[in-house]
Amino acid sequence: MPVKVARYVEIVGDAGWSVGRAVASMVSFVGELSIALAYAVLHPRKIRWRETLYYMDMCGSGALPICALICFLMGLILGFQGALQLHKYGGDIFLADFVAVLIVKEMGPLMIAVISTGRAGSAFAAEIGTMKVSEEIDAMLTMGFVPSRFLVIPKIIALVTVLPLLTIFGDLVGIVGGFIVGYTRLELPLSAYYNRTLISITPMYFAEGLIKSVVYAFIIAAVGCMRGFESDKDAQGVGRAATSAVVTSVFFLAVADAIFAVIFGVIIGR
Amino acid sequence: MPEDNNPVIEVIDLSASYGHEPILHDINFKVNPNEVFAVLGGSGCGKSTLLKHITGLYCPVKGDIIIHGESIVKASGDKRREIMRSFGVTYQGGALWGSLTVGENVSLPLEEYTSLSRKQIRAVVDEKLHLVQMDGFRDYMPAELSGGMRKRAGLARAMALSPKLLFFDEPSAGLDPITSARLDELILRLRDECDTTIMVVTHELDSIFTIADRVIMLSKETKSIVAEGDPRYLRDKSPDPWVREFMTRGASLRLAGSIPQST
Repeated sequence: MPVKVARYVEIVGDAGWSVGRAVASMVSFVGELSIALAYAVLHPRKIRWRETLYYMDMCGSGALPICALICFLMGLILGFQGALQLHKYGGDIFLADFVAVLIVKEMGPLMIAVISTGRAGSAFAAEIGTMKVSEEIDAMLTMGFVPSRFLVIPKIIALVTVLPLLTIFGDLVGIVGGFIVGYTRLELPLSAYYNRTLISITPMYFAEGLIKSVVYAFIIAAVGCMRGFESDKDAQGVGRAATSAVVTSVFFLAVADAIFAVIFGVIIGR
Repeated sequence: MPEDNNPVIEVIDLSASYGHEPILHDINFKVNPNEVFAVLGGSGCGKSTLLKHITGLYCPVKGDIIIHGESIVKASGDKRREIMRSFGVTYQGGALWGSLTVGENVSLPLEEYTSLSRKQIRAVVDEKLHLVQMDGFRDYMPAELSGGMRKRAGLARAMALSPKLLFFDEPSAGLDPITSARLDELILRLRDECDTTIMVVTHELDSIFTIADRVIMLSKETKSIVAEGDPRYLRDKSPDPWVREFMTRGASLRLAGSIPQST
Protein backbone atom coordinates (compact mmCIF):
# COMPACT_ATOMS: atom_id res chain seq x y z
CA MET A 1 0.00 0.00 0.00
CA PRO A 2 2.58 2.65 1.01
CA VAL A 3 4.57 1.90 -2.13
CA LYS A 4 1.54 2.63 -4.33
CA VAL A 5 0.83 5.88 -2.51
CA ALA A 6 4.46 6.92 -2.87
CA ARG A 7 4.21 6.23 -6.61
CA TYR A 8 1.17 8.51 -6.98
CA VAL A 9 2.82 11.25 -4.96
CA GLU A 10 5.84 10.95 -7.24
CA ILE A 11 3.69 11.26 -10.35
CA VAL A 12 1.88 14.32 -9.03
CA GLY A 13 5.16 15.88 -7.95
CA ASP A 14 6.76 15.25 -11.34
CA ALA A 15 3.77 16.69 -13.17
CA GLY A 16 3.67 19.74 -10.92
CA TRP A 17 7.37 20.30 -11.47
CA SER A 18 6.96 20.07 -15.28
CA VAL A 19 4.04 22.48 -15.29
CA GLY A 20 5.95 24.86 -13.04
CA ARG A 21 8.96 24.77 -15.36
CA ALA A 22 6.75 25.31 -18.43
CA VAL A 23 5.08 28.32 -16.83
CA ALA A 24 8.44 29.71 -15.74
CA SER A 25 9.88 29.40 -19.23
CA MET A 26 6.78 31.05 -20.71
CA VAL A 27 7.04 33.96 -18.28
CA SER A 28 10.74 34.29 -19.05
CA PHE A 29 10.02 34.33 -22.79
CA VAL A 30 7.33 37.01 -22.41
CA GLY A 31 9.76 39.09 -20.35
CA GLU A 32 12.54 38.78 -22.93
CA LEU A 33 10.05 39.63 -25.67
CA SER A 34 8.83 42.73 -23.85
CA ILE A 35 12.38 44.01 -23.56
CA ALA A 36 12.96 43.35 -27.26
CA LEU A 37 9.70 45.14 -28.14
CA ALA A 38 10.62 48.14 -26.00
CA TYR A 39 14.01 48.25 -27.72
CA ALA A 40 12.30 48.10 -31.12
CA VAL A 41 9.97 50.96 -30.24
CA LEU A 42 12.88 53.08 -29.02
CA HIS A 43 15.16 52.22 -31.96
CA PRO A 44 12.87 51.83 -34.98
CA ARG A 45 15.81 52.06 -37.36
CA LYS A 46 17.29 48.90 -35.87
CA ILE A 47 14.24 46.82 -36.79
CA ARG A 48 14.88 44.23 -39.51
CA TRP A 49 12.44 45.72 -42.01
CA ARG A 50 13.30 43.40 -44.88
CA GLU A 51 12.34 40.36 -42.82
CA THR A 52 9.24 42.15 -41.50
CA LEU A 53 8.02 42.86 -45.04
CA TYR A 54 8.65 39.24 -46.01
CA TYR A 55 6.45 38.02 -43.14
CA MET A 56 3.77 40.59 -43.97
CA ASP A 57 3.65 39.12 -47.44
CA MET A 58 3.68 35.53 -46.21
CA CYS A 59 1.08 35.98 -43.45
CA GLY A 60 -1.01 38.70 -45.11
CA SER A 61 -1.34 38.63 -48.85
CA GLY A 62 -0.41 34.95 -48.89
CA ALA A 63 -3.38 34.17 -46.67
CA LEU A 64 -6.01 36.02 -48.70
CA PRO A 65 -7.25 33.04 -50.75
CA ILE A 66 -7.76 30.68 -47.81
CA CYS A 67 -9.27 33.42 -45.64
CA ALA A 68 -11.66 34.37 -48.44
CA LEU A 69 -12.73 30.76 -48.86
CA ILE A 70 -13.28 30.01 -45.18
CA CYS A 71 -14.92 33.32 -44.33
CA PHE A 72 -17.22 33.03 -47.32
CA LEU A 73 -18.18 29.55 -46.16
CA MET A 74 -18.73 30.87 -42.66
CA GLY A 75 -20.99 33.62 -44.03
CA LEU A 76 -22.98 31.06 -45.99
CA ILE A 77 -23.37 28.78 -42.95
CA LEU A 78 -24.31 31.58 -40.56
CA GLY A 79 -26.68 32.97 -43.14
CA PHE A 80 -28.30 29.61 -43.77
CA GLN A 81 -28.77 28.67 -40.12
CA GLY A 82 -29.74 32.20 -39.16
CA ALA A 83 -32.30 32.36 -41.95
CA LEU A 84 -33.79 29.05 -40.81
CA GLN A 85 -34.44 30.30 -37.29
CA LEU A 86 -35.36 33.92 -38.08
CA HIS A 87 -37.88 32.90 -40.74
CA LYS A 88 -39.97 31.12 -38.10
CA TYR A 89 -40.62 34.42 -36.32
CA GLY A 90 -40.89 36.61 -39.41
CA GLY A 91 -37.56 38.17 -38.63
CA ASP A 92 -36.14 37.68 -42.16
CA ILE A 93 -34.93 41.25 -42.46
CA PHE A 94 -32.77 40.86 -39.36
CA LEU A 95 -30.62 38.24 -41.07
CA ALA A 96 -28.26 41.06 -42.04
CA ASP A 97 -27.95 42.15 -38.40
CA PHE A 98 -27.37 38.60 -37.24
CA VAL A 99 -24.65 37.83 -39.77
CA ALA A 100 -22.91 41.19 -39.57
CA VAL A 101 -22.73 41.50 -35.79
CA LEU A 102 -21.71 37.89 -35.25
CA ILE A 103 -19.00 38.05 -37.88
CA VAL A 104 -17.57 41.47 -37.06
CA LYS A 105 -17.66 41.00 -33.31
CA GLU A 106 -16.71 37.35 -32.87
CA MET A 107 -16.41 34.94 -35.76
CA GLY A 108 -14.35 37.04 -38.14
CA PRO A 109 -11.45 37.72 -35.78
CA LEU A 110 -11.53 34.19 -34.41
CA MET A 111 -11.66 32.41 -37.77
CA ILE A 112 -8.86 34.54 -39.21
CA ALA A 113 -6.81 33.92 -36.07
CA VAL A 114 -7.28 30.15 -36.22
CA ILE A 115 -6.37 30.11 -39.94
CA SER A 116 -3.28 32.20 -39.18
CA THR A 117 -2.32 29.88 -36.35
CA GLY A 118 -2.18 27.00 -38.78
CA ARG A 119 -0.39 29.03 -41.44
CA ALA A 120 1.85 31.51 -39.67
CA GLY A 121 2.10 30.08 -36.16
CA SER A 122 3.31 26.64 -37.25
CA ALA A 123 5.58 28.19 -39.91
CA PHE A 124 7.26 30.42 -37.32
CA ALA A 125 7.82 27.47 -34.98
CA ALA A 126 9.20 25.27 -37.78
CA GLU A 127 11.46 28.02 -39.09
CA ILE A 128 13.01 28.78 -35.71
CA GLY A 129 13.18 25.07 -34.83
CA THR A 130 15.08 24.35 -38.04
CA MET A 131 17.46 27.22 -37.29
CA LYS A 132 18.06 25.58 -33.94
CA VAL A 133 18.97 22.28 -35.61
CA SER A 134 21.48 23.93 -37.95
CA GLU A 135 23.05 25.89 -35.05
CA GLU A 136 22.08 29.24 -36.61
CA ILE A 137 20.69 30.36 -33.23
CA ASP A 138 23.93 29.33 -31.48
CA ALA A 139 25.82 31.37 -34.07
CA MET A 140 23.67 34.39 -33.19
CA LEU A 141 24.22 33.88 -29.47
CA THR A 142 28.00 33.53 -29.69
CA MET A 143 28.13 36.67 -31.80
CA GLY A 144 26.47 38.52 -28.93
CA PHE A 145 23.15 39.01 -30.72
CA VAL A 146 19.80 38.69 -28.97
CA PRO A 147 17.83 36.21 -31.11
CA SER A 148 14.47 37.78 -30.13
CA ARG A 149 15.41 41.00 -31.90
CA PHE A 150 16.24 39.28 -35.17
CA LEU A 151 13.78 36.42 -35.18
CA VAL A 152 10.73 37.35 -33.10
CA ILE A 153 10.20 41.11 -33.49
CA PRO A 154 9.83 41.10 -37.31
CA LYS A 155 7.25 38.30 -37.03
CA ILE A 156 5.24 40.06 -34.34
CA ILE A 157 5.25 43.42 -36.11
CA ALA A 158 4.22 41.73 -39.37
CA LEU A 159 1.37 39.72 -37.87
CA VAL A 160 0.04 42.55 -35.69
CA THR A 161 -0.09 44.72 -38.82
CA VAL A 162 -1.70 42.27 -41.25
CA LEU A 163 -4.12 40.36 -39.04
CA PRO A 164 -6.50 43.31 -38.49
CA LEU A 165 -6.45 43.95 -42.25
CA LEU A 166 -7.13 40.28 -42.95
CA THR A 167 -9.94 40.40 -40.40
CA ILE A 168 -11.62 43.32 -42.16
CA PHE A 169 -11.26 41.47 -45.45
CA GLY A 170 -12.70 38.30 -43.92
CA ASP A 171 -15.58 40.23 -42.37
CA LEU A 172 -16.54 41.68 -45.76
CA VAL A 173 -16.39 38.33 -47.50
CA GLY A 174 -18.44 36.72 -44.72
CA ILE A 175 -21.10 39.40 -44.92
CA VAL A 176 -21.29 38.87 -48.68
CA GLY A 177 -21.75 35.15 -48.02
CA GLY A 178 -24.61 35.95 -45.69
CA PHE A 179 -26.16 38.16 -48.33
CA ILE A 180 -26.01 35.37 -50.92
CA VAL A 181 -28.14 33.24 -48.59
CA GLY A 182 -30.44 36.12 -47.74
CA TYR A 183 -31.01 36.87 -51.42
CA THR A 184 -31.48 33.31 -52.60
CA ARG A 185 -33.46 31.86 -49.71
CA LEU A 186 -35.26 34.83 -48.16
CA GLU A 187 -35.38 37.08 -51.22
CA LEU A 188 -33.88 39.95 -49.28
CA PRO A 189 -33.11 42.87 -51.58
CA LEU A 190 -29.51 44.10 -51.65
CA SER A 191 -30.42 47.59 -50.48
CA ALA A 192 -32.24 46.26 -47.41
CA TYR A 193 -29.43 43.89 -46.51
CA TYR A 194 -26.84 46.61 -47.05
CA ASN A 195 -28.69 49.16 -44.91
CA ARG A 196 -29.35 46.77 -42.03
CA THR A 197 -25.72 45.70 -42.10
CA LEU A 198 -24.51 49.27 -41.81
CA ILE A 199 -26.97 50.08 -39.02
CA SER A 200 -26.11 47.02 -36.97
CA ILE A 201 -22.33 47.36 -37.00
CA THR A 202 -21.69 49.98 -34.35
CA PRO A 203 -18.23 51.54 -33.97
CA MET A 204 -17.97 49.62 -30.71
CA TYR A 205 -18.39 46.25 -32.39
CA PHE A 206 -15.94 47.20 -35.12
CA ALA A 207 -13.35 48.34 -32.57
CA GLU A 208 -13.90 45.17 -30.56
CA GLY A 209 -13.19 43.02 -33.61
CA LEU A 210 -9.99 44.91 -34.41
CA ILE A 211 -8.70 44.92 -30.84
CA LYS A 212 -9.26 41.18 -30.70
CA SER A 213 -7.36 40.64 -33.93
CA VAL A 214 -4.36 42.64 -32.64
CA VAL A 215 -4.23 40.62 -29.42
CA TYR A 216 -4.70 37.35 -31.31
CA ALA A 217 -1.85 38.30 -33.67
CA PHE A 218 0.44 38.86 -30.72
CA ILE A 219 -0.50 35.52 -29.19
CA ILE A 220 -0.02 33.57 -32.44
CA ALA A 221 3.40 35.08 -33.21
CA ALA A 222 4.70 34.86 -29.64
CA VAL A 223 3.58 31.26 -29.11
CA GLY A 224 4.88 30.17 -32.53
CA CYS A 225 8.30 31.64 -31.82
CA MET A 226 8.41 30.31 -28.28
CA ARG A 227 7.70 26.75 -29.40
CA GLY A 228 10.34 27.13 -32.09
CA PHE A 229 12.99 28.08 -29.53
CA GLU A 230 11.97 25.13 -27.35
CA SER A 231 12.17 22.66 -30.23
CA ASP A 232 14.33 19.54 -29.95
CA LYS A 233 17.28 19.42 -32.31
CA ASP A 234 15.94 16.84 -34.76
CA ALA A 235 13.37 16.57 -37.53
CA GLN A 236 10.67 15.05 -35.34
CA GLY A 237 11.33 17.71 -32.71
CA VAL A 238 10.67 20.45 -35.24
CA GLY A 239 7.45 18.73 -36.26
CA ARG A 240 6.35 18.50 -32.63
CA ALA A 241 7.21 22.16 -32.12
CA ALA A 242 5.02 23.18 -35.07
CA THR A 243 2.12 21.08 -33.80
CA SER A 244 2.55 22.38 -30.27
CA ALA A 245 2.58 25.95 -31.56
CA VAL A 246 -0.86 25.48 -33.10
CA VAL A 247 -2.36 23.70 -30.08
CA THR A 248 -0.99 26.17 -27.53
CA SER A 249 -2.01 29.14 -29.70
CA VAL A 250 -5.57 27.91 -30.03
CA PHE A 251 -5.72 27.40 -26.27
CA PHE A 252 -4.60 30.97 -25.58
CA LEU A 253 -6.89 32.31 -28.31
CA ALA A 254 -9.82 30.67 -26.54
CA VAL A 255 -8.73 32.11 -23.18
CA ALA A 256 -8.33 35.57 -24.73
CA ASP A 257 -11.73 35.33 -26.39
CA ALA A 258 -13.32 34.44 -23.07
CA ILE A 259 -11.63 37.37 -21.35
CA PHE A 260 -12.80 39.68 -24.12
CA ALA A 261 -16.35 38.37 -23.76
CA VAL A 262 -16.25 39.40 -20.10
CA ILE A 263 -14.64 42.77 -20.78
CA PHE A 264 -16.88 43.78 -23.66
CA GLY A 265 -20.02 41.99 -22.60
CA VAL A 266 -20.15 42.53 -18.87
CA ILE A 267 -17.83 45.40 -17.96
CA ILE A 268 -18.46 47.69 -20.91
CA GLY A 269 -21.92 46.37 -21.62
CA ARG A 270 -23.71 46.04 -24.99
CA MET B 1 54.75 42.25 -23.97
CA PRO B 2 54.62 41.01 -20.37
CA GLU B 3 50.86 41.35 -19.93
CA ASP B 4 50.27 39.00 -22.89
CA ASN B 5 51.56 36.01 -20.93
CA ASN B 6 48.30 35.60 -19.05
CA PRO B 7 46.31 32.67 -20.40
CA VAL B 8 43.60 33.60 -22.89
CA ILE B 9 41.28 30.86 -21.63
CA GLU B 10 41.32 29.31 -18.18
CA VAL B 11 39.01 26.41 -17.39
CA ILE B 12 38.79 25.75 -13.65
CA ASP B 13 37.22 22.64 -12.10
CA LEU B 14 34.64 22.46 -14.84
CA SER B 15 31.90 19.86 -14.52
CA ALA B 16 29.39 19.68 -17.34
CA SER B 17 26.34 17.66 -18.19
CA TYR B 18 24.10 17.32 -21.22
CA GLY B 19 20.63 17.37 -19.76
CA HIS B 20 20.80 14.88 -16.91
CA GLU B 21 23.74 13.01 -18.38
CA PRO B 22 27.13 13.93 -16.80
CA ILE B 23 29.70 14.43 -19.53
CA LEU B 24 32.74 16.07 -17.97
CA HIS B 25 34.11 16.06 -14.47
CA ASP B 26 36.63 18.45 -12.91
CA ILE B 27 38.26 19.65 -16.12
CA ASN B 28 41.22 22.01 -15.69
CA PHE B 29 43.35 23.51 -18.45
CA LYS B 30 44.71 26.77 -19.83
CA VAL B 31 45.06 28.09 -23.37
CA ASN B 32 48.04 30.39 -23.85
CA PRO B 33 48.15 33.45 -26.09
CA ASN B 34 49.01 32.88 -29.73
CA GLU B 35 48.87 29.10 -29.70
CA VAL B 36 46.75 26.59 -31.57
CA PHE B 37 45.15 24.40 -28.92
CA ALA B 38 43.33 21.23 -29.91
CA VAL B 39 40.75 19.19 -27.99
CA LEU B 40 40.71 15.54 -29.01
CA GLY B 41 38.87 12.46 -28.02
CA GLY B 42 36.67 9.64 -29.24
CA SER B 43 33.03 10.12 -30.24
CA GLY B 44 30.79 11.13 -27.38
CA CYS B 45 33.62 12.15 -25.07
CA GLY B 46 32.27 15.67 -24.70
CA LYS B 47 34.54 17.71 -27.01
CA SER B 48 31.70 19.70 -28.57
CA THR B 49 29.95 20.01 -25.21
CA LEU B 50 33.16 21.46 -23.75
CA LEU B 51 33.35 23.94 -26.62
CA LYS B 52 29.74 25.01 -26.13
CA HIS B 53 30.40 25.59 -22.44
CA ILE B 54 33.48 27.70 -23.12
CA THR B 55 31.67 29.79 -25.75
CA GLY B 56 28.94 30.51 -23.23
CA LEU B 57 26.10 28.55 -24.85
CA TYR B 58 25.70 26.15 -21.92
CA CYS B 59 26.03 26.79 -18.20
CA PRO B 60 28.36 24.45 -16.34
CA VAL B 61 27.16 22.41 -13.40
CA LYS B 62 30.26 23.44 -11.50
CA GLY B 63 33.44 25.40 -12.10
CA ASP B 64 34.47 28.55 -13.92
CA ILE B 65 35.65 29.61 -17.36
CA ILE B 66 37.79 32.74 -17.66
CA ILE B 67 38.23 34.35 -21.08
CA HIS B 68 40.58 37.33 -21.42
CA GLY B 69 40.49 37.69 -17.65
CA GLU B 70 36.69 37.76 -17.31
CA SER B 71 34.45 34.95 -16.12
CA ILE B 72 31.95 34.12 -18.84
CA VAL B 73 30.05 31.89 -16.39
CA LYS B 74 29.45 34.64 -13.82
CA ALA B 75 28.76 37.39 -16.37
CA SER B 76 25.19 38.00 -17.54
CA GLY B 77 23.28 40.17 -19.98
CA ASP B 78 25.26 42.87 -21.76
CA LYS B 79 28.55 41.96 -20.06
CA ARG B 80 28.24 38.38 -21.27
CA ARG B 81 27.47 39.47 -24.82
CA GLU B 82 30.49 41.77 -24.71
CA ILE B 83 32.75 38.84 -23.80
CA MET B 84 31.20 36.77 -26.60
CA ARG B 85 31.92 39.52 -29.10
CA SER B 86 35.62 39.24 -28.31
CA PHE B 87 35.83 35.81 -29.91
CA GLY B 88 34.63 34.18 -33.12
CA VAL B 89 33.12 30.70 -33.45
CA THR B 90 32.83 28.52 -36.53
CA TYR B 91 30.31 25.72 -36.47
CA GLN B 92 30.38 22.27 -38.03
CA GLY B 93 27.90 23.03 -40.80
CA GLY B 94 28.83 26.67 -41.13
CA ALA B 95 25.61 27.78 -39.40
CA LEU B 96 25.11 30.60 -41.91
CA TRP B 97 21.86 32.52 -41.54
CA GLY B 98 19.80 31.06 -44.36
CA SER B 99 17.78 34.15 -45.29
CA LEU B 100 20.88 36.34 -45.81
CA THR B 101 23.49 36.19 -48.56
CA VAL B 102 27.10 35.25 -47.76
CA GLY B 103 28.06 38.93 -47.84
CA GLU B 104 25.20 39.88 -45.55
CA ASN B 105 26.15 37.10 -43.13
CA VAL B 106 29.69 38.49 -42.85
CA SER B 107 28.58 42.12 -42.71
CA LEU B 108 25.93 41.70 -40.01
CA PRO B 109 28.35 41.87 -37.04
CA LEU B 110 30.06 44.84 -38.68
CA GLU B 111 26.74 46.65 -39.11
CA GLU B 112 25.75 45.96 -35.52
CA TYR B 113 28.98 46.65 -33.70
CA THR B 114 30.95 49.14 -35.76
CA SER B 115 30.23 52.57 -37.13
CA LEU B 116 31.82 51.84 -40.49
CA SER B 117 30.15 53.15 -43.63
CA ARG B 118 28.49 50.79 -46.11
CA LYS B 119 31.47 51.13 -48.44
CA GLN B 120 33.93 50.35 -45.66
CA ILE B 121 31.91 47.34 -44.52
CA ARG B 122 31.84 46.06 -48.10
CA ALA B 123 35.62 46.35 -48.23
CA VAL B 124 36.05 44.39 -44.99
CA VAL B 125 33.63 41.71 -46.23
CA ASP B 126 35.62 41.36 -49.47
CA GLU B 127 38.85 41.12 -47.47
CA LYS B 128 37.49 38.37 -45.20
CA LEU B 129 36.03 36.42 -48.12
CA HIS B 130 39.38 36.67 -49.87
CA LEU B 131 41.12 35.22 -46.79
CA VAL B 132 38.95 32.09 -47.05
CA GLN B 133 39.17 31.98 -50.86
CA MET B 134 35.50 32.79 -51.36
CA ASP B 135 35.96 35.89 -53.56
CA GLY B 136 33.00 36.33 -55.87
CA PHE B 137 30.55 34.50 -53.63
CA ARG B 138 29.31 37.58 -51.81
CA ASP B 139 25.81 37.50 -53.31
CA TYR B 140 25.24 33.76 -53.06
CA MET B 141 22.65 32.38 -50.65
CA PRO B 142 23.91 29.70 -48.22
CA ALA B 143 21.64 27.10 -49.83
CA GLU B 144 23.52 27.55 -53.10
CA LEU B 145 26.88 26.61 -51.59
CA SER B 146 28.54 23.26 -50.99
CA GLY B 147 29.24 22.08 -47.45
CA GLY B 148 32.89 23.10 -47.60
CA MET B 149 32.05 26.54 -48.92
CA ARG B 150 29.52 27.08 -46.16
CA LYS B 151 32.18 26.26 -43.57
CA ARG B 152 34.59 28.74 -45.15
CA ALA B 153 31.91 31.43 -45.31
CA GLY B 154 31.16 30.72 -41.64
CA LEU B 155 34.83 31.24 -40.88
CA ALA B 156 34.82 34.55 -42.77
CA ARG B 157 31.87 35.62 -40.63
CA ALA B 158 33.62 34.55 -37.41
CA MET B 159 36.60 36.70 -38.44
CA ALA B 160 34.50 39.74 -39.38
CA LEU B 161 35.41 41.70 -36.26
CA SER B 162 39.02 40.41 -36.40
CA PRO B 163 38.82 38.72 -32.99
CA LYS B 164 42.00 37.65 -31.23
CA LEU B 165 40.40 34.35 -30.21
CA LEU B 166 38.81 31.85 -32.56
CA PHE B 167 37.01 28.57 -31.91
CA PHE B 168 36.68 25.86 -34.53
CA ASP B 169 34.22 22.99 -34.15
CA GLU B 170 35.43 20.12 -36.36
CA PRO B 171 36.85 22.40 -39.07
CA SER B 172 38.01 19.62 -41.41
CA ALA B 173 34.95 17.40 -41.17
CA GLY B 174 33.47 16.92 -44.63
CA LEU B 175 36.21 18.81 -46.45
CA ASP B 176 38.28 17.32 -49.26
CA PRO B 177 42.03 16.90 -48.50
CA ILE B 178 43.11 19.96 -50.48
CA THR B 179 40.55 22.29 -48.91
CA SER B 180 41.39 20.83 -45.53
CA ALA B 181 45.10 21.50 -46.06
CA ARG B 182 44.35 25.08 -47.16
CA LEU B 183 42.27 25.58 -44.02
CA ASP B 184 45.19 24.34 -41.90
CA GLU B 185 47.46 26.84 -43.69
CA LEU B 186 44.96 29.60 -42.94
CA ILE B 187 44.84 28.66 -39.26
CA LEU B 188 48.63 28.80 -39.05
CA ARG B 189 48.67 32.17 -40.85
CA LEU B 190 46.09 33.54 -38.42
CA ARG B 191 48.27 32.43 -35.53
CA ASP B 192 51.49 33.82 -36.97
CA GLU B 193 50.42 36.97 -38.81
CA CYS B 194 47.36 38.08 -36.88
CA ASP B 195 48.38 37.16 -33.30
CA THR B 196 45.27 35.04 -32.96
CA THR B 197 44.75 32.33 -30.36
CA ILE B 198 42.90 29.36 -31.75
CA MET B 199 41.07 26.50 -30.06
CA VAL B 200 40.10 23.57 -32.26
CA VAL B 201 37.84 20.62 -31.53
CA THR B 202 38.75 17.85 -33.91
CA HIS B 203 39.84 14.29 -34.42
CA GLU B 204 41.50 14.68 -37.81
CA LEU B 205 45.03 13.52 -37.00
CA ASP B 206 46.68 15.01 -40.11
CA SER B 207 45.43 18.44 -39.12
CA ILE B 208 46.41 18.00 -35.49
CA PHE B 209 50.04 17.24 -36.28
CA THR B 210 50.17 20.13 -38.75
CA ILE B 211 48.60 22.89 -36.72
CA ALA B 212 48.35 22.05 -33.03
CA ASP B 213 50.91 23.41 -30.57
CA ARG B 214 49.28 21.68 -27.60
CA VAL B 215 46.43 19.24 -27.23
CA ILE B 216 44.27 17.76 -24.52
CA MET B 217 42.59 14.42 -24.90
CA LEU B 218 39.24 13.68 -23.30
CA SER B 219 38.03 10.24 -22.31
CA LYS B 220 34.43 9.10 -22.31
CA GLU B 221 35.11 6.55 -19.60
CA THR B 222 36.76 8.80 -17.05
CA LYS B 223 34.92 11.97 -18.23
CA SER B 224 38.18 13.88 -17.80
CA ILE B 225 41.47 14.81 -19.45
CA VAL B 226 43.69 11.74 -19.96
CA ALA B 227 46.57 13.46 -21.74
CA GLU B 228 47.90 16.97 -22.29
CA GLY B 229 50.88 18.30 -24.21
CA ASP B 230 52.62 18.38 -27.56
CA PRO B 231 50.80 16.01 -29.97
CA ARG B 232 54.01 14.58 -31.40
CA TYR B 233 55.29 13.77 -27.92
CA LEU B 234 51.99 12.11 -27.01
CA ARG B 235 52.09 10.02 -30.17
CA ASP B 236 55.60 8.76 -29.60
CA LYS B 237 56.17 8.78 -25.88
CA SER B 238 52.91 8.92 -23.96
CA PRO B 239 52.85 6.46 -21.04
CA ASP B 240 49.17 5.69 -21.77
CA PRO B 241 48.84 3.04 -24.54
CA TRP B 242 45.33 4.22 -25.41
CA VAL B 243 46.65 7.70 -26.12
CA ARG B 244 49.36 6.32 -28.39
CA GLU B 245 46.80 4.12 -30.14
CA PHE B 246 44.54 7.10 -30.76
CA MET B 247 47.36 9.28 -32.08
CA THR B 248 48.56 6.59 -34.50
CA ARG B 249 45.13 5.38 -35.63
CA GLY B 250 45.71 1.99 -34.11
CA ALA B 251 49.12 1.55 -35.75
CA SER B 252 50.86 1.16 -32.41
CA LEU B 253 48.60 -1.79 -31.57
CA ARG B 254 49.02 -3.32 -35.02
CA LEU B 255 52.78 -3.21 -34.56
CA ALA B 256 52.43 -4.91 -31.17
CA GLY B 257 50.35 -7.65 -32.81
CA SER B 258 47.06 -6.86 -31.03
CA ILE B 259 45.31 -5.87 -34.26
CA PRO B 260 45.91 -8.04 -37.36
CA GLN B 261 47.69 -6.22 -40.17
CA SER B 262 45.51 -5.77 -43.26
CA THR B 263 46.96 -7.59 -46.29
